Amino acid sequence: MSSVKPPMSTAGQNLIEFRGVSWRANGSPEAAIIDDVSLEMPRGETLVLLGRSGSGKTTLLKLINGLYWPSKGEVIVEGRATREWDAIRLRRGIGYVIQEAGLFPHFTVAENVGLVPGLENWPREKIAARVKEMLRLVGLDPEEFSGRRPRELSGGQRQRVGVARALAADPPILLMDEPFGALDPVTRAELQREFKTLAARLGKTIVFVTHDLREALLLASRVILLQKGRVVASARPEEFLRVQHPEVQAFTAALDLGGDCA
Amino acid sequence: MTGLWSFLVEHQAEIMSATLEHMELVLIAMAAAILIGVPLGMLVVRRAKLRAMALGIAGIFQTIPSLALFGFLIPIPFIGGIGKRTAIVALTLYALLPILRNTYVGLAEIDPAVLESAEAMGMTQGQILFRVRFPLGLAVLLAGVRTATIITIGVATIAAAIGAGGLGTFIFRGVALVNDSLLLAGAIPAALLAILADFLLGRLERRLRVT
Repeated sequence: MSSVKPPMSTAGQNLIEFRGVSWRANGSPEAAIIDDVSLEMPRGETLVLLGRSGSGKTTLLKLINGLYWPSKGEVIVEGRATREWDAIRLRRGIGYVIQEAGLFPHFTVAENVGLVPGLENWPREKIAARVKEMLRLVGLDPEEFSGRRPRELSGGQRQRVGVARALAADPPILLMDEPFGALDPVTRAELQREFKTLAARLGKTIVFVTHDLREALLLASRVILLQKGRVVASARPEEFLRVQHPEVQAFTAALDLGGDCA
Repeated sequence: MTGLWSFLVEHQAEIMSATLEHMELVLIAMAAAILIGVPLGMLVVRRAKLRAMALGIAGIFQTIPSLALFGFLIPIPFIGGIGKRTAIVALTLYALLPILRNTYVGLAEIDPAVLESAEAMGMTQGQILFRVRFPLGLAVLLAGVRTATIITIGVATIAAAIGAGGLGTFIFRGVALVNDSLLLAGAIPAALLAILADFLLGRLERRLRVT
């Protein structure tokens, strides 16, 4: 139901586009955090932004939903520059999931999931039905979980609720900032697999930030590697490891090491 | 000791009316301080310069010794003079800092992940203030109200010195006449009021705390 794709607009294939985007902290004389990035993010794809800490991947994500604005260049979302969007409207059409989920501790699970539909003034019954649908979608029994508070959930359950909340208003775009980063390895693997299935089913355009190469290769339809605010590699996962770039090799070497130890 | 007890029983009507007068001073001053301090605290959450100024000014009032603050206000037209009104103004100014500071701290010190997701989901700053910051900061805000109430109950005893009435009347008279029973007839109810306020507001605060 939620996988119905909107008709192709004149804006074309790309739901999100970066055109020569640079970003530096307000008036900061230091080097740009994002340095002249141009990217195309086609509809329905899962793009993984891979990079070390401080490579600018989270900043790139926040440039999409107007938490930051480009210092130079333009970010185009659904055919319009983010600067021309009303920030509130732009953000309500984009799901957002972060590490530790950022759930409201004073809201129940149902209230958390129903938040954006509520902001959008959906009728009460429609919100209730949607909340149930979303909880089932992420593998949580609505009867059992609707009334709970976030502190009564495990880390994995909180992250599931975070995904349900992000999807509730059926946004075409989903931004995820290391959503599984704080989970134990077993739960993480579980959620990664389920999320991959879910993503394929929903057909959303997903931008996913991680520093974990394994996770990137598993989930991505395209991996974009960032280094010091620049895109240094962009490839399909099956080609990514063959890319000739020192930073790609650095990530691969770290993966090999991890494999040997395991 | 039996002397004190019979004194308290004999004068219970006067003690009761002084206690009520004392509570009246405290309640009016606290209501005014909350009505000024809480909205001001909300206003300065995202405005650093205004915040420094408001906290600075409220801090000055807190620093002035209470009896001196009463003294400063007496010569001021309209709000000054001898009596309740001056006392209430002084008590309000005194209670302002803990309320303002705790309102600000409660609203400001919210888990950054919660604020980030609130903003990212398209909540307006007003919605974030009233639906996220306020409910999550309420316990800290209330801790400020509790501190301010206890301070105000104490400082209000000094208000008797400028003719505002209340339990301080017994204390000052008791000191002047070297009469312990008279002194304690003011001191004991004042202490009990403070302990009771602390207990009740403390319970409310714990109930409102969100973990």
